[in-house]
Amino acid sequence: MTDIITRLRDEDLTTYAANEKLKVDSDYLRGHLQEDMADDVTGAVREADTQLTKFHGFYMQDDRDVRSERRQQKLEPLYSFMVRCRIPGGRLSAAQWRVIDDVATHYANNTLRVTTRQTLQYHGVFKRNLRQHLKTINDVMVDTIAACGDVNRNVTSTANPNRSRLHYELYELAARISDHLLPRTRAYHEIFLGEERVHGGPGEVVEPLYTQHYLPRKFKIGMALPPHNEVDVHINDLAFIAIVEDGEIIGANVAVGGGMGSTHGEPETYPRIATVLGYVSKDKLIDVAEKVLMVQRDNGDRHNRKHARLKYTVDTMGVDGFRKALENYLGYALEEQRAYRFEDTGDTLGWYQGEDGLWHYGLFVENGRIKDYPDNSPIHAGMQIKSGLRAIAESFDGDIVMSCNQNIIISNVPEQHKATIDALLAKYRMEKNITPLRQHSIACVAFPTCGLAMAESERYLPTLLDKIDAVMRDAGLANTPIVLRMTGCPNGCGRPFMAEIGFVGKAIGRYNLYLGGNFEGTRLNKMYRENIDEETILKELTPLLYRYAEERNEGEYFGDFVIRAGVIKATHNGLDFHDQ
Amino acid sequence: MSNGPLLDTNSPLTADQAERLNQALAGLNAHQLTWLAGYVSALSANGTVASAPAASAGTAASPAAEITLTVLYGSQTGNAERVAEQAAEHAKARGFTTRLVDMADISKKDFKEPGHYLIVVSTQGEGEPPDTAEGFYELLDGRKAPKLDGSHFAVLGLGDSSYEFFCEMGKRTDKRFAELGAQRIHDRVDADVDYDDTAEQFIDTALNAFDALKGDTGSTAAASAPQAVAGAPAATTWSRKHPFQAEVLESIQLNGRGSAKETHHIELSLEGSGLDYQPGDALGIVPQNDPSYVDEIIELLEFNADHDLGDGRLLRSALLQELEVTTLTRPLVKHWAEQTDSAELKRLLEEDNREELKQWLYGRQIIDVLRDYPIKGLTPQALVGALRKLPPRLYSIASSLEANPDEVHLTVGIVRYETHGRARGGVTSTWLSDRVKPGDTIPIYIDHNKNFKLPEDGSTPIIMVGPGTGIAPFRAFLQQREEEGATGDNWLLFGDQHFNTDFLYQSEWLKMREQGLLTRFDVAFSRDQAEKVYVQDRLREHGQAVFEWLSQGAHFYVCGDGDRMANDVHATLMEIAHTHGGMDEEAAAAWLRELQQSKRYQRDVY
Repeated sequence: MTDIITRLRDEDLTTYAANEKLKVDSDYLRGHLQEDMADDVTGAVREADTQLTKFHGFYMQDDRDVRSERRQQKLEPLYSFMVRCRIPGGRLSAAQWRVIDDVATHYANNTLRVTTRQTLQYHGVFKRNLRQHLKTINDVMVDTIAACGDVNRNVTSTANPNRSRLHYELYELAARISDHLLPRTRAYHEIFLGEERVHGGPGEVVEPLYTQHYLPRKFKIGMALPPHNEVDVHINDLAFIAIVEDGEIIGANVAVGGGMGSTHGEPETYPRIATVLGYVSKDKLIDVAEKVLMVQRDNGDRHNRKHARLKYTVDTMGVDGFRKALENYLGYALEEQRAYRFEDTGDTLGWYQGEDGLWHYGLFVENGRIKDYPDNSPIHAGMQIKSGLRAIAESFDGDIVMSCNQNIIISNVPEQHKATIDALLAKYRMEKNITPLRQHSIACVAFPTCGLAMAESERYLPTLLDKIDAVMRDAGLANTPIVLRMTGCPNGCGRPFMAEIGFVGKAIGRYNLYLGGNFEGTRLNKMYRENIDEETILKELTPLLYRYAEERNEGEYFGDFVIRAGVIKATHNGLDFHDQ
Repeated sequence: MSNGPLLDTNSPLTADQAERLNQALAGLNAHQLTWLAGYVSALSANGTVASAPAASAGTAASPAAEITLTVLYGSQTGNAERVAEQAAEHAKARGFTTRLVDMADISKKDFKEPGHYLIVVSTQGEGEPPDTAEGFYELLDGRKAPKLDGSHFAVLGLGDSSYEFFCEMGKRTDKRFAELGAQRIHDRVDADVDYDDTAEQFIDTALNAFDALKGDTGSTAAASAPQAVAGAPAATTWSRKHPFQAEVLESIQLNGRGSAKETHHIELSLEGSGLDYQPGDALGIVPQNDPSYVDEIIELLEFNADHDLGDGRLLRSALLQELEVTTLTRPLVKHWAEQTDSAELKRLLEEDNREELKQWLYGRQIIDVLRDYPIKGLTPQALVGALRKLPPRLYSIASSLEANPDEVHLTVGIVRYETHGRARGGVTSTWLSDRVKPGDTIPIYIDHNKNFKLPEDGSTPIIMVGPGTGIAPFRAFLQQREEEGATGDNWLLFGDQHFNTDFLYQSEWLKMREQGLLTRFDVAFSRDQAEKVYVQDRLREHGQAVFEWLSQGAHFYVCGDGDRMANDVHATLMEIAHTHGGMDEEAAAAWLRELQQSKRYQRDVY
């Protein structure tokens, strides 16, 4: 077995993707960030360092709404940072929430956003506020390390760790895996938290797991507890599907090679769902996670970042080849996979009782944006989600949990406190007209902050949903859930390729329309129409929805119907995603 | 340019010469006239007509056996850039002198000479240019578009045919270059996402076309003749009395959204004026009053706007264009006191009440006096007689003429405030921002300032302190130093209220820093943190370096607010002399005086 250092030591790094040399030259992710932070004539960090900040959990962005006008005004773009927290399993205490909320008020744009990976991110953090921002959240034991970058990202687990003993056990495993796979460099603590640098001896191994090369690309782990798949587990590079026997988690099926990202016009890129390799017992999960990461570290494509995710490694090596390599690293074989079944991908909303008698409230947060909408806002006028959650966090000492569907669970509420929570939900007008369609919708951030966006998403989907909801109502589908997702580009943050109806942005006001994902999140969809505007979207969807209302079988979901009716062919895995 | 007939009365020509010339000029179009202007100018530079053979102008350009090929690209994802690199490599291999230029890095002055352009550009979204090329297309489509006569070009567009506006930018570029006078020597090619083969073939055939130009010299000769300003009066004839009517090319609000400040960058054309200026000079502007304000006065006094003042002038236009109708002065108050016999006004004018009068004048304008102290039987003539002439306003010039031929730029802080229940503003600044639009002309002249000049020796280091609009002359300084290739170190200190919105010319400074032109750059934004920070605080922080620079012969410049900032900066220099030069107060004062006398410490304050 040759590890990455041995293999790459004598290679000419210039033949690799540009980021590869950058990582090696960065002195374990330090780059020139100290100087960049001190440079007060620009709100930016130098370009090479924008790649390194990702490893520390933040992206440089700029307000694209004013990019062009500021250029004319001879001002640099309005740079700010998107800061993403590492919150394995999405669980915060109410006390942590209060600080997290303060930081959004003082150092960010006064909003928070629940991400599709069960964590929170801030937008609009100016460079001059960044250090204080990071220090304040680190003071309450929330960090941002490895929230982005070519490392293991936030580990997702079930929507509510407090729902049952098994849920909590899975959550704890997620947190342990996240900690185990953290980078070991102290760069973050030195540059942003003011820690003094300690130079190690000549034999010092700074990154025993990652090495100075880190991973070829991002790496994501998710953990699901069937029959619920609210984490959308198959979209992860590594998915653990818990297997329960006699009321105990005994182990998990191990699946590899999920991932959403693709590029328009490049059919060699494609979304893929994770393939189950086999089963391991519970005590081996951390070991398996580490070794899967190592197989990717040593075999991933470092020449082409668009072909560097684990999913391509799996297809390049073949599933059997990958399994062999993994078993070689593990020193033992995986067992035969166990039977499991998923039923849905949605969250439980409203009040429900946990195993221990405490109560939980699933709060729908459209597109995960936590903010106070002014009374004259075109969407969500008067909803004060941010102030409301703050008031709730001050009213009790339970938990506040984020879900992969970008919702919030107000968790561990004693029976006698329910009325208080209800009153606050009403006072701050935190919920309104959630149709089943809206409840199963996701939009990514896109404009104005995301540098990758080609079309609107978060700011547009609510309006489009109003229109599709109207069609659904007229067609008699008002109570039928359909998983509908939108992203502003094909990189897939909002998991559009798993949706029954998916929209992927191509240009301002134009989207590709995808059909045929399934309700339980185990099948990719396929492109149905390319580059269409809203008028065409509605013209295409309306007859399909009417036909579905008319011809569907008992309990048949829309994504299954369009395949049975021959509207679109089923996609079996990434490699046939582009086949029409 | 006016195409009217030449008369022997307004030219040094005899009647016969004028007539013959008029006949010859009659049939010429604008392009031909431009050529002729250059031709005649070249003749005159060479001596007399007789000694310059007519044919020599046609072959004046150096034989173009070699041509320089500019591979110009606009790229979003890097594809167009890679194709351009490939084209440049091929061109070099085929013996072209080749320049590879990003649209992001090209400016108008790069088009001064005719060139040969192989252009590769991609199209984004709904037919938009790459982000980095937006500025280039604004230049190309705007009123400042370069003239491309004598240039040659070929365009390769990259795009994605699944979009409606496939290769739109390639098409636009191709059309526009032709409109601007350049000659298309190869048909445009639109390449789709699988562009490799198409691009390769285009590069090959386009280079063939450029190759064919080698040795073909005639077509570039006309434009290579020096530009002449035929018919322009001598520079000295423009003055505050006879200002030049300069066309406004651009007026840009420099402050970003949400700023409390309002600062305009204004570009004016000097084309045809023959005006000349140096960095450090000021521009005089003869403004006009706010018509709504003038009408208010006329209405208040119940005058007729078209009242003839007796000398052919009409009341309204005199108030608009010639007379000061806002600022109250002591003589006017005195005049009013006499006419109205107002005890209160008389009391204010007493010698002992000077301070009170100053307070009283502050925020009051002429209309307040007209309203509050009416003169019975006041005639339009009497009003006009009491008002002083509208003074011109001087602005420090923000551009180098060498870097911006035929242009002058200003940085204008718009003054607006409210007092005594009325919104008021600076006459010139509000006129420029609210009522003057690009395409309009405004009366200007140059006001030379010998006491604010770059060191003659380009290797001398300079320190420039210019908060707010005080930054203006330093933009001119740095442009000039870049143009001249001056090697001296440049240290700029700027300050304003907020980093995000008030960082005037930020992107230009950043570029200069990147190029190494700006050696040091320090900023102070007073309202981005709890405690206020100003430029003088930055000077103090870097006092050691300031003292070292000055000890090594640096020149020190201050521009901006003369009430406080300039004094605070001066006091800080005293401190620095003490702290880092070990001087006592007297020695420090002498040192600064000596710096001033030797013109190494210059101020342009207002």
